[in-house]
Amino acid sequence: MQSITVSSHPSVQYLLRIGDTCLILAQRLAEWCGHAPIVEEDIALSNMALDLVGQARAVLTRAGELEGELGGARHGEDELAFLRDERDFRNCTLVELPRGDFAVTMLRNLAVAIFLKLLWQKLGGSSDGELAAIAGKAVKEASYHQEHAAGWVVRLGDGTAESEARLKAALDLLWPYIAEIFESDAVDAEAEAARLGPRWSDLRDDWRAEFAAVLAPAGLALPAERPFRSTGKSGRHSEHLGYVLAEMQHLQRTYPGGVW
Amino acid sequence: MTIDAAFGTPLPAPPPRAAGSSRLEHAWSVLATVLDPEVPVVSVVDLGIVREVIEEGESLVVVVTPTYSGCPATEVIEASIVAALDDAGLGPTRIRMQRAPAWTSDWISAEGRARLRGYGIVPPGPVDLARGAPLRFVPRATVPLACPRCESLDTERLAAFGSTACKALWRCRACGEPFEHFKPI
Repeated sequence: MQSITVSSHPSVQYLLRIGDTCLILAQRLAEWCGHAPIVEEDIALSNMALDLVGQARAVLTRAGELEGELGGARHGEDELAFLRDERDFRNCTLVELPRGDFAVTMLRNLAVAIFLKLLWQKLGGSSDGELAAIAGKAVKEASYHQEHAAGWVVRLGDGTAESEARLKAALDLLWPYIAEIFESDAVDAEAEAARLGPRWSDLRDDWRAEFAAVLAPAGLALPAERPFRSTGKSGRHSEHLGYVLAEMQHLQRTYPGGVW
Repeated sequence: MTIDAAFGTPLPAPPPRAAGSSRLEHAWSVLATVLDPEVPVVSVVDLGIVREVIEEGESLVVVVTPTYSGCPATEVIEASIVAALDDAGLGPTRIRMQRAPAWTSDWISAEGRARLRGYGIVPPGPVDLARGAPLRFVPRATVPLACPRCESLDTERLAAFGSTACKALWRCRACGEPFEHFKPI
């Protein structure tokens, strides 16, 4: 099935960054379905994946509408999810990394949930009414996700020697990829100028305060900044995303337009 | 995505049109018989997700708001609403999805809350507006919920996410039974 080409307009790109970050994290969380350490967590992770898929669907739908409003070809949510190539995905690299162990999953969930909650809060005042409406719903969900992940991060960090070591390793692994979230560029600047949404760099201080407030009782501190920067938001991904997309897109690529 | 309306909860027979009632009044009485497929004792009206019913020309437009972004029941609910109104001869019916203002569990009616409790699900309390700024990292010291079976307050939360996104899983230490809590959101 032929891939689609998406508008390079900064507003569309800004929405894709949000929608794709939700969508790819949802894929990673859904991998836990049937594999989580206890059934309650299996259900919780699947529920959070559903919330994220719902948010992704809404934002990608809006991105596709905006393409049309800007005079280009309009794409539906399914086309955007299933018919874009890896280089056209705009998620942060952080969310495409393998799910790892439970500590990696929970620490990443905490980092992303705090970020998304802060983002949705700001997007509630977006000049785009539909995006503001999506945010009004999503911010409540992100708060629940944050609370869930925070509880586990503290429990793991303050738990056994094994869980503590795993959480520390998770922080070492993920920390270099978290920096990318808060790197702003021309897409962010345009979004702020159009009052579509905030520059993500402007969320960094609040994110650090909330993240550190959970790390402290978990026995961890914010690591030092490192020079490494991942580049998923501009379409240059890690080696992992291709495998996620291969699984996610396989059916629609093989049987175009197939439905349940 | 299309979902066969047959997957929805079987509907009770819709009430006949009361003498002297308008098309809209009849529509609301029919909607009061359309049940949530995942909590099949509460109607879509009592759940607060039907925001408005409007006549637009020949069509009936039902304005619906989702409970959660990813609620998998949304499409089944929409199909059930259309089927119920069309079957009652009130159609053609269209659904208009409206996200803002975002649904809150505060919109569940008193009747809906009573039915939830009767079904074994503790209804949500008022939404805690303070939760907007959670620096909280441990399970909240929640006000204990009364067990829907034995009324004991000796209960505990087992998991924040239950069988659906809208419910949490609890346990009663007194009678030993698990129960669900419809989350305030």
